[in-house]
Amino acid sequence: MKLTLKIWRQKNGQTKGAFQTYSLDNVSGDMSFLEMLDVLNEDLINNNEEPVVFDHDCREGICGACSLQINGEPHGPDALITTCQLHMRSFNDGDTITIEPFRAAAFPVIKDLMVDRSAFERIQQAGGYISVNTSGNTIDANTIPVDKASADAAFDAATCIGCGACVAACKNASAMLFTSAKVSQFSLLPQGKVEATQRVLNMVEQMDKEGFGNCTNTGACEAECPKGISLEFIARMNREYLKASIKG
Amino acid sequence: MSILDSKIPKGPLAEKWAHHKDSINLVNPANKRNIDIIVVGTGLAGGSAAATLAELGYNVKTFTYNDSPRRAHSIAAQGGINAAKNYQGDGDSIYRLFYDTVKGGDYRSREANVYRLAEVSANIIDQCVAQGVPFAREYGGLLDNRSFGGVLVSRTFYAKGQTGQQLLLGAYSAMNRQINRGKIKPYNRHEMLDVVIVDGKARGIIARDLVSGEIQRHSAHAVVLATGGYGNIFFLSTNAMGCNATASWKVHKKGAYFANPCFTQIHPTCIPVSGEHQSKLTLMSESLRNDGRIWVPKKKEDAIAIREGRLEPTDLKEEDRDYYLERRYPSFGNLVPRDVASRAAKERCDAGYGVNATGQAVFLDFASAIERYGKEQAAIHHISNPSAAKIRELGEEVIRSKYGNLFQMYEKIVDKNPYKTPMMIYPAVHYTMGGLWVDYNLSTTIPGCYATGECNFSDHGANRLGASALMQGLADGYFVLPYTIGDYLSNDIRTGAISTDLPEFAQAEKEVKERLEKLLNVKGTKSVDNFHKRLGLIMWNKVGMARNAKGLKEAIEEIRALREEFWKDVRVPGGLNEMNPELEKAGRVSDFMELAELFAMDALHREESCGGHFREEYQTEEGEALRDDENFMYVAAWEYKGAPSESVMHKESLDYENIKVATRSYK
Amino acid sequence: MGLFTSSIARKVTMSLSGLFLVIFLAQHLVINSASVFSPETFNSWSHFMGTNGLVQFVMQPILIIGVLLHFIMGFILESQNRKARPIKYGVFKGNNNSSWVSRNMILSGIVILVFLAVHMYDFFFPEIAYKYVSMGPEDPTRYYAETVGKFADPIRTFGYVLAFVLLGMHLWHGFSSAFQSIGFNNKYSRALQGFTKFYAVVVPLGFIFIALYHFLNQ
Repeated sequence: MKLTLKIWRQKNGQTKGAFQTYSLDNVSGDMSFLEMLDVLNEDLINNNEEPVVFDHDCREGICGACSLQINGEPHGPDALITTCQLHMRSFNDGDTITIEPFRAAAFPVIKDLMVDRSAFERIQQAGGYISVNTSGNTIDANTIPVDKASADAAFDAATCIGCGACVAACKNASAMLFTSAKVSQFSLLPQGKVEATQRVLNMVEQMDKEGFGNCTNTGACEAECPKGISLEFIARMNREYLKASIKG
Repeated sequence: MSILDSKIPKGPLAEKWAHHKDSINLVNPANKRNIDIIVVGTGLAGGSAAATLAELGYNVKTFTYNDSPRRAHSIAAQGGINAAKNYQGDGDSIYRLFYDTVKGGDYRSREANVYRLAEVSANIIDQCVAQGVPFAREYGGLLDNRSFGGVLVSRTFYAKGQTGQQLLLGAYSAMNRQINRGKIKPYNRHEMLDVVIVDGKARGIIARDLVSGEIQRHSAHAVVLATGGYGNIFFLSTNAMGCNATASWKVHKKGAYFANPCFTQIHPTCIPVSGEHQSKLTLMSESLRNDGRIWVPKKKEDAIAIREGRLEPTDLKEEDRDYYLERRYPSFGNLVPRDVASRAAKERCDAGYGVNATGQAVFLDFASAIERYGKEQAAIHHISNPSAAKIRELGEEVIRSKYGNLFQMYEKIVDKNPYKTPMMIYPAVHYTMGGLWVDYNLSTTIPGCYATGECNFSDHGANRLGASALMQGLADGYFVLPYTIGDYLSNDIRTGAISTDLPEFAQAEKEVKERLEKLLNVKGTKSVDNFHKRLGLIMWNKVGMARNAKGLKEAIEEIRALREEFWKDVRVPGGLNEMNPELEKAGRVSDFMELAELFAMDALHREESCGGHFREEYQTEEGEALRDDENFMYVAAWEYKGAPSESVMHKESLDYENIKVATRSYK
Repeated sequence: MGLFTSSIARKVTMSLSGLFLVIFLAQHLVINSASVFSPETFNSWSHFMGTNGLVQFVMQPILIIGVLLHFIMGFILESQNRKARPIKYGVFKGNNNSSWVSRNMILSGIVILVFLAVHMYDFFFPEIAYKYVSMGPEDPTRYYAETVGKFADPIRTFGYVLAFVLLGMHLWHGFSSAFQSIGFNNKYSRALQGFTKFYAVVVPLGFIFIALYHFLNQ
């Protein structure tokens, strides 16, 4: 198929960017979206132009590196997948596809479609852990029984890949879904309860500092999350935060 | 006597590690504060090592080309992690895990290292649970296990199909705790481009800030490499796009020996190649082989009909199917080790029984498992005389709960529903058992330079068993390296901070800059990917799943020619002082091109078939690998002498005192 | 005072004040509906509300604070949210992942604010002036005529209807959303969603019905 691509090009964080239009022939439906961009880049290099810069790594939907706002939605039109898992069969011959970086004050553009998501790392550093030493001198794993429901819920929260689609989709660029997943992943387990109070306070404080917007419960994050992280985790964090604030 | 000293402690196998820990030197806590360690790579091996070292009190700097440590490719490991916990009471033990690993590695790994790995494996699970890794549980609240290829017990712990992700998040959370304390300084989006040797010791690295392009000097008292494998040398592999051998290769060129580069694992269950545009291959967890049955049609005409779309696989009668693994290996069946399963698939496809358009695929069929589980569920729910549709529905539900995410992934890529029609799979490059040679302390042949995880060679011999990579990465990082590195660093307590103004740093920086500028200044006509793809084709066709002397010799010539062409005709757009992914790729591919030659040389010299290394000249009449223990029971450690072709091989002989070396049979 | 500084606390403030206003709305509707059935009942309830000390000097100030908090916090949050994405998307397909209503609470909110201003001008200020400034005589029968009289004007009535349509939209998202903000998301949430929709339709419709009833019965 033949496609028209409107791609955001920006030299670096200091300069302004703009859309540029490219046309691409011979796109196969079996290509992933990123492979389609590879083909475009190969063309650009052959024409002595600068290839489009975008984040990507594992290309199997788990590392969370790939991003891209495709036709107005993070990771494109299909649900529950990342951009690297989006295949061109989701598009039609003659389509125009607009490709932009994830937009948020907390995610400044590095170059073209690549943004800096280190705000997420700082949120995790603020408390996303259980304070146990890694010496291995701990109790036998089976002495901490965890009911299956809690283990499964913690796992569901922990499947967050930190891609930033929640922020990108949210009209407020809020990071509540991400933060709540990272908070819940620990607080749902007995091991994580010990530090739960301080953890939620610290992580929310860091989230606010990074300049993300506020949650207005539109649910866009959940709908666009490639891992289907549930809004319940946001409610959970709100609850935990309130409890923690009251406790002090 | 070889010049390689593996430093294996004396004494009985089961006491070596405990005894060694008791006798090595330690660094007191006050002194640890004055010692800096650089950890390159932040996957399971690097992340766990960085966290533990920081916890012990060392000042740690971590480096990753990714924008976050948690994006390292360990995250993509699906199936699970082995540990000799014997929670299932099915006869597992440290010795059995040790034995399985050595046997699975086709008797080409170092006994003492493997035993230690098995010994600390149980601790890993304790550790991970304590730090909140949500492993799968049974309803009683205890940990669940499953079984993996090449073993007869259930010792694999898992978190659905995302075990690697959960373990990495665990290691990263331990890192985060130390970052928050200021004990780890993370350098994300930084790539190590050389190691700096001062007075014969590794004392730092040269790194490039990938955002600004700035070349930086970082000093430390020791450098730990945890940079993963070099599977991307094949271009198409299950590795992440950025996975590379640059750090290992640079260290090799500065004096670290590279061991067994030809030992590469081809994973049997990957999604087949769909076309020219393919950028990477996607693995489907080996755990699928617990329930999936692998087959091709018995008759060639059926295979052709399926290929041309005239026949649906589900319409093929049971007696017309060839479940070739069950046929050839009745005792292990579909759960034979990876190398065996991969070769068997290739054998069938080469013989003309392949089932997708390219003829390079076999079926992985869940129909019988769905039926079996469906009947089981019907019985559990007291449904009498369930209809076939009901059984299917119940069975699919069980399969969904076990492998849901994998099935979804498959459907997204292939656009076919694997619940209804069998999956198509084909082997793909997955893991490299070879890597930097290390002694028992995980030290390379450069003092102060350590290698952990996939980037070293030590534990998997010629073939790695499933769910053992995660085990090794975490064992090295959490429990081995942090002890053994202290022995070396205990001599450094009075050294003080290492200055980055030393001439060795200036020289290394200059060399790095010159190489990058050289890449930019070729200004040729072909993209980096163009060369990388061509290199991959040479490797896959001639140094891939089956190798022979003639092909390997040709490959060596072709690699050299390609490398020469690369330096004359590559086009790297953009500049040095900016974000420039093409420049990053160019550097990595240029290193792959050198490693590829050594890789082929190693494969050529090893005139036997063992594990992932299959030489067509050395096989039994039934097509099984023919090992030559008489002449090749050693580790081939290559020393760099100015060019890959000049490399000198050193042998570390492998002595098996606790295992009877036998022909590996899974029949 | 974490109550006003952290994002979650601000949301909780929005939520609690919003829920308070939801309850107020129901009570308001009950009184208004009396005007349809019986002018006397309406007058007597209105008189009670207008003269009871508890209502006047405790409930009324709380209501005013609630309204102010809700609006001021709404504007603060909106301005922060705008700052969180300084460069807008070229293409943004919000409808594919969320409802228009949920994304435009500020719009419905502003319309309601304008309405509230008119409403204050119509009823509240004259009422305050009558009672506490000009010290008018206590007249328990004046409320019905005053109220019904306002609906003679078609433009005013149309504005009133429009405001309540937007209030319905505001409630459609806001009611259940308030529960999510205070951490209530569990097996009852589906039922709550249903009740939200019922409430968001029925209550504004009730107000609209009363307005149209008086408009048509002038």
